[in-house]
Amino acid sequence: MASPALADTGESVTRPDGWQGIAADWSSDQRAFKNVPWGKAMMWIFLLSDTFVFSCFLLSYMTVRISTTEPWPNPSEVFALHIGGSDIPLILIAIMTFILISSSGTMAMAVNFGYRRDRVKSATLMLMTAALGATFVGMQAFEWTKLIVDEGVRPWGNPLGAAQFGSSFFMITGFHGFHVSVGVLFLIIISIKVLRGDFDRSRRGFFTSRKGNYEAVEIMGLYWHFVDLVWVFIFALFYLW
Amino acid sequence: MAHAEGQQHPIGVYLQIWGWLFVLSTASYLVDYFHIQGYLRWSLILTFMVLKAGLIVAVFMHMFWERLALLYAIVVPPVLVLVFVAIMTFEGDYTFLTRLIFFQAGS
Repeated sequence: MASPALADTGESVTRPDGWQGIAADWSSDQRAFKNVPWGKAMMWIFLLSDTFVFSCFLLSYMTVRISTTEPWPNPSEVFALHIGGSDIPLILIAIMTFILISSSGTMAMAVNFGYRRDRVKSATLMLMTAALGATFVGMQAFEWTKLIVDEGVRPWGNPLGAAQFGSSFFMITGFHGFHVSVGVLFLIIISIKVLRGDFDRSRRGFFTSRKGNYEAVEIMGLYWHFVDLVWVFIFALFYLW
Repeated sequence: MAHAEGQQHPIGVYLQIWGWLFVLSTASYLVDYFHIQGYLRWSLILTFMVLKAGLIVAVFMHMFWERLALLYAIVVPPVLVLVFVAIMTFEGDYTFLTRLIFFQAGS
């Protein structure tokens, strides 16, 4: 199946699949990640390292929750909202989850339209993603305010139960919210570049002075989906557990 | 030249996955809403979590269409975190028992 790569130096070589493919890709004395632009490979490796950062946060949360002798506050009640005369458990977090998932959907379509050279649609979808992300951060700010001002939760203690609840909560959601905020900034930057046609006219970037192309949109998408991915784990392990 | 490397898939695939993510999120919210407790709660939450994570990585992040060399390089290392989880479970239990003995009994 694999033809000897005598004819071509480019991408048209037939490559083996499966385990043979892994061995061939890694041992070829060339780049290991075939068909993947370097920027995308680097984003994946950054995301891998970020995975370990968030893993450590969630692990330390798990450890302090196991080891505390105080009762852990019930997140279902702590994050309930009083709407229409009754407490609806966890409703704010559920809405935040749906907002972030929606932003992931618009981002996926922005990548698609980017590769189709549909600049206006791609940029509009990215700006929608940024708006949803900003909404998410706004709701998080509301949530933090409610917890700090109304409930008296502090990183070193709270009236609801185990002191470790506050430190875990602020650390994990704070770091995630920071990721979302940075993502919103970069979404706006990339959408301006797309809208201006930078990637069609090979305009050099203001920071790296390199010519970009529409892979930048996909790389941006990888980062944004990762932020959504982290929220999936936080939602399940911190809010629902 | 480099443009041939981009991931191009029909929009319908993304919309379908988007719908599934909504369904799975609603399901995991309902687990809390109906106060399901104990092992059923934890297994349901973890199942929905893994399914959602898998859909996002596979389709939205295009891992399903990437070559195995990239897939294994990125996906296998985080799985090893589970070893860390096991270690810290023992550590946490040990700390908990020690605190019970020295804080509770002493006072």
